[in-house]
Amino acid sequence: MDERRELLILGGGLVGMTLALAAAKQGIASHVVDRADPAELTADGFDGRASAISTASWNLFCNIGLGDRLEPYGCPIDSIAVTDAMRPGKIDFRPQPDEGSLGRMFSNRDLRLALFEAARDEKLIAWHAPIDVVKRERGEHGVSATLSDGRVLHASLMVAAEGRRSPTRDEAGLKLAHWDYQHRALIVGLDHEKSHGNVAWEIFYPTGPFALLPMRDGPRGEHRSALVWTVAEKDAAGTLALSERAFLAEVEKRMQGMFGKISLNSRISSYPLGFQHTARMTGQRLVLAGDAAHGIHPIAGQGLNLGLRDVGALVEVLMDGMRLGLDPGDAQILERYERWRSLDNFTVSATCDGITRLFGIQGRTASAIRRFGMAGVQRIPALKNFFMDEARGMSGKLPSLLQA
Amino acid sequence: MPNATVASATIRPEEAEHFGALAADWWNPRGSSAMLHKLNPVRLGFLREAVNLHWGADPASLKPLAGRGALDVGCGAGLLAEPLARLGAAVTGVDAAAQNIAAAQAHAAGGGLAIDYRHGELGALGLGRFDLVTAMEVIEHVADKALFLRQLAERLVQGGLMVLSTPNRTPQSRLLMVDAAEGIGLIPKGTHHWDDFITPDELGDLLAGAGLVMGEPRGISFSPMKGLHLSGDLSLNYIVTAWAG
Repeated sequence: MDERRELLILGGGLVGMTLALAAAKQGIASHVVDRADPAELTADGFDGRASAISTASWNLFCNIGLGDRLEPYGCPIDSIAVTDAMRPGKIDFRPQPDEGSLGRMFSNRDLRLALFEAARDEKLIAWHAPIDVVKRERGEHGVSATLSDGRVLHASLMVAAEGRRSPTRDEAGLKLAHWDYQHRALIVGLDHEKSHGNVAWEIFYPTGPFALLPMRDGPRGEHRSALVWTVAEKDAAGTLALSERAFLAEVEKRMQGMFGKISLNSRISSYPLGFQHTARMTGQRLVLAGDAAHGIHPIAGQGLNLGLRDVGALVEVLMDGMRLGLDPGDAQILERYERWRSLDNFTVSATCDGITRLFGIQGRTASAIRRFGMAGVQRIPALKNFFMDEARGMSGKLPSLLQA
Repeated sequence: MPNATVASATIRPEEAEHFGALAADWWNPRGSSAMLHKLNPVRLGFLREAVNLHWGADPASLKPLAGRGALDVGCGAGLLAEPLARLGAAVTGVDAAAQNIAAAQAHAAGGGLAIDYRHGELGALGLGRFDLVTAMEVIEHVADKALFLRQLAERLVQGGLMVLSTPNRTPQSRLLMVDAAEGIGLIPKGTHHWDDFITPDELGDLLAGAGLVMGEPRGISFSPMKGLHLSGDLSLNYIVTAWAG
């Protein structure tokens, strides 16, 4: 159990687990350490969080053998409707029949369960959870992590996949560009009377975006969506303190009856919104993956997709390097990962940040500019295709694990 | 680009000294051997393809050299020997500079790799024969090149594979590898003597003299977008296979 492996993955969330599985499929062994108990994280009703899985990310899941396991839980997104507070000037992203879907919605719980079940049967993954890391070391010949029970895990390369508050990143001194939007995302599952027709709605209110993401119907045929509602930090506590009935009334006001009667199907979770981006994604025998390197606004559902592109690129550079006999922690391998991922991550992060700022400005003039902007996007095919490709995760040079 | 020092009448004492002095910094990817670290994936890429072709190895395999013996001559601190060991080969590394061998042994031990490192003259070490013989960025540092290649050929088993890389003798290599690269410190000063460089044709003739057939040379070139990469442009540096004819 404590033998030296190629990878020491700190953080067993969606990105860390997918990395361990994708690496194992290529014969790369890993230790995965997580502080949370997997059983607890997957318990029913843990939270209402959901992820848009782009076509590229879906290819990754299929390429590591999870397609059949996940298929029953995904809801395809047939189109994305973007409106400014329900005023005219809607952008409607709907691909041509031959262009494939815009992605699928999954509850994070279903993804986590499928990944964990697959990882449990995988001999090349040594799973250590729930447990804390008390000491990390990176040297010329290898890396190690000391666990709170005294065990020491050894590997060639350390991967920080602990999410946006990654202690490994901070300890390594990898600098973070960071700002807080002074907003909070409230996330909850909704049951509703009418079908969502597989449309994802991004409704921009001056106080922040309000997204309705289509989910699979519930066990008794309930129509379902995941709500991501952004409120100003100063209003968040008050909104969270509302009774369920009052909270639903606020949500209904913003949905204007578009889906009929609504009710909640999960507890409400809330996350502070921030933009963060590291100037460097690598250090000596260390790489960052997922939100540890780039936490972005969930506005376009791109966060996990970016993390999965990190996974695809990392596994590819590792395989290419190991086939040449290079050590998995070799500086040349890490440099290729750095070059490949940095620009892509920054482009998507900056785009989402720009959209958030554009739509976060109050007042009629700003609203008019937004409507004009959306009409522009609607009319210019190249721009619209860029947005659709970005939502599908098909732009840039794709790691081969993310190709069909 | 320093990849160390070699054999019998072939060893130049001042060359061994030059590279020995650099030994401590060999494994620092940002140190004086930075260019060599960047060159490593490129020459290993060529070598891997040659191994796949020569022995029909599966391109996806992580151990294409399992069960084979490999000799790296002018091994320096083991930048090439260690990848060969990870690819499954039983590796012997030879270098004329004692400091290099000491650095190589320490580094291999740290990474848990069993590599047989020898300090001394190739001709005098009484080594056996090997499936794979490599001498990367070495022949340009050797005085008697014909003798050196004969000694390499003697270490090759019947049906074995040899891989060599070296700078070409062209105006471009003089300008970029000696004057410019050493001038701005990309390559340590005194690493290369342009007059000692040989052209692919000359190398082919020398190999024929040692009873070997040279394969098609590939260039190692530099561009700002791709960095160092394999190409058809042989004017700076090239890499070739050879085998018994």
